[in-house]
Amino acid sequence: MRKIRLSGGVGFAVMALVIAACGGDTADTTTADGAGCGVDELELVQPGVLTVATGEPAFPPWVIDDDPTNQEGFEAAVAYAVATQLGFTPEQVTWIRTGFDEAVAPGPKDFDFNLQQYSITDERDEVVDFSVPYYITDQALVAFADSPVAAANTVADLKGFTLGAQIGTTSLDYIEEVIQPDTAPPVYDTNSDAKSALDAGQVDALVFDLPTAFFITAVEMPDTTIVGVLEASEGQADRFGLLFADGNSLVECVNGALEALEADGTLDALAEEWLASEGEIKTITR
Amino acid sequence: MVLISTLSTVVFVGVAIWGVLASETWPRVREQFFSARHFQEVWPAVLSGFWLDVRMFVVAEVLILAAALIVAAARSLRGPVFFPIRALAVVYVDLVRGIPLLLMILVLGFGVPALDIPGVPRSALFWGVTALVISYTAYTAEIYRAGIESVHESQRMSAQSLGLTQVQALRHVLVPQAIRNVVPALLSSFVSLQKDVALVFVLGVREGVREAQIYNARTFNYTGYIAATLLFLLVSIPVARFTDWYGQRVRRRRQAMSA
Repeated sequence: MRKIRLSGGVGFAVMALVIAACGGDTADTTTADGAGCGVDELELVQPGVLTVATGEPAFPPWVIDDDPTNQEGFEAAVAYAVATQLGFTPEQVTWIRTGFDEAVAPGPKDFDFNLQQYSITDERDEVVDFSVPYYITDQALVAFADSPVAAANTVADLKGFTLGAQIGTTSLDYIEEVIQPDTAPPVYDTNSDAKSALDAGQVDALVFDLPTAFFITAVEMPDTTIVGVLEASEGQADRFGLLFADGNSLVECVNGALEALEADGTLDALAEEWLASEGEIKTITR
Repeated sequence: MVLISTLSTVVFVGVAIWGVLASETWPRVREQFFSARHFQEVWPAVLSGFWLDVRMFVVAEVLILAAALIVAAARSLRGPVFFPIRALAVVYVDLVRGIPLLLMILVLGFGVPALDIPGVPRSALFWGVTALVISYTAYTAEIYRAGIESVHESQRMSAQSLGLTQVQALRHVLVPQAIRNVVPALLSSFVSLQKDVALVFVLGVREGVREAQIYNARTFNYTGYIAATLLFLLVSIPVARFTDWYGQRVRRRRQAMSA
């Protein structure tokens, strides 16, 4: 996979936003060397082992080759970086797979934390816990390059088209709350099904987070293009957080680890290595 | 005796209800599954989704009844000259009954439109219903065939001796009697179809169960599923009751005839 450089301005904005987001949490965060964060002191699902969950399958650029143990892919790399910061060796990290929806549902979990591009939302926060954000991005619209929807410039232009998204995602929320198309959007169990529907001509366009959209249009479905970045509602872009069971005591220590990784530039370096952000993409305004 | 059975039922039901309401988990269950507030919020979406289910199974059932009859009739044609037709019917039934309905829906719903054949419809709804029709026709054809074979052989021989062709014999003599025998089985298959239409949601179609699922994914409340369940019961229980009534009517008629 060729390296694509995050443009300097975007990188700075991301860093600023992440720092601002971290600074906003007052009560929860403790310093990275705070008492109670040693490997032996953490309350883990399996003692001595960090159990991390991700999707089945896990897609690039988040996990490469559906094998997070290779530490390749942005989320795989972030998970190992957090584990190392907490004091685990890579051998002490085990992975399990969960569906996107089932992990957000209330109840006890088989994992210590789960990462598969979960956006932090208030509704989800009531039933699970999130870490501070490890990445911030926008939603983007993907369609075939020769489709009429590719010419859209504003949200109003999109109303007459059939747009699709995965169930339970902020992508779907964006379609239903901001775009509000004339036809109710078809809803799919997985992003794979959504892509099949696009290929079958059953939807005009799909909404994904921007890095996923980059990967789909560059590698998986080369005839498609990113129609545009969707202007975030209320200026709030999607913030990805690690997902924990509600009330999990691990959150504080992980937040400390993430803040340390942010401060020493590791998160930015990983984003630059794994996530594409190339060229000018138009914004579809609201 | 009526008094005892009434009393016993009252006590039994009373104890069961008391046991549920007094349990520790009931308040949580009620909030998660039977919340009045969530029911009101999700009802319009689930109802409109369910209306799509109703239209799907009505259209599908009409097509299934017709197609299955053709397959069953083809299979019951006698004589060596009709072997290819019989064989085709057998292959169709065996093949289709061996394929999970969900698999067929996915292959036809996503796979066929992706082939980009000009003139072939792309709609997920079209291919979902088509998959249902293809699948259920195989099962229903077997029901018809059982009905046709249960008609006494003397009927077929009498028809033949009257000079009727095979098709005429089927149409005027055998099939009317066959259908009367298998109405309960056909109705039972219809009730099964009423549930299976929900499977098309994997193609993105927003029918009743999918709407409940979307609500659940957003709010983590399961009341939408209860609403969808109620609607499905609303259509299937009358059919079940009708099946019983119809069976009794046929029995009464037969007794009258033999008396």
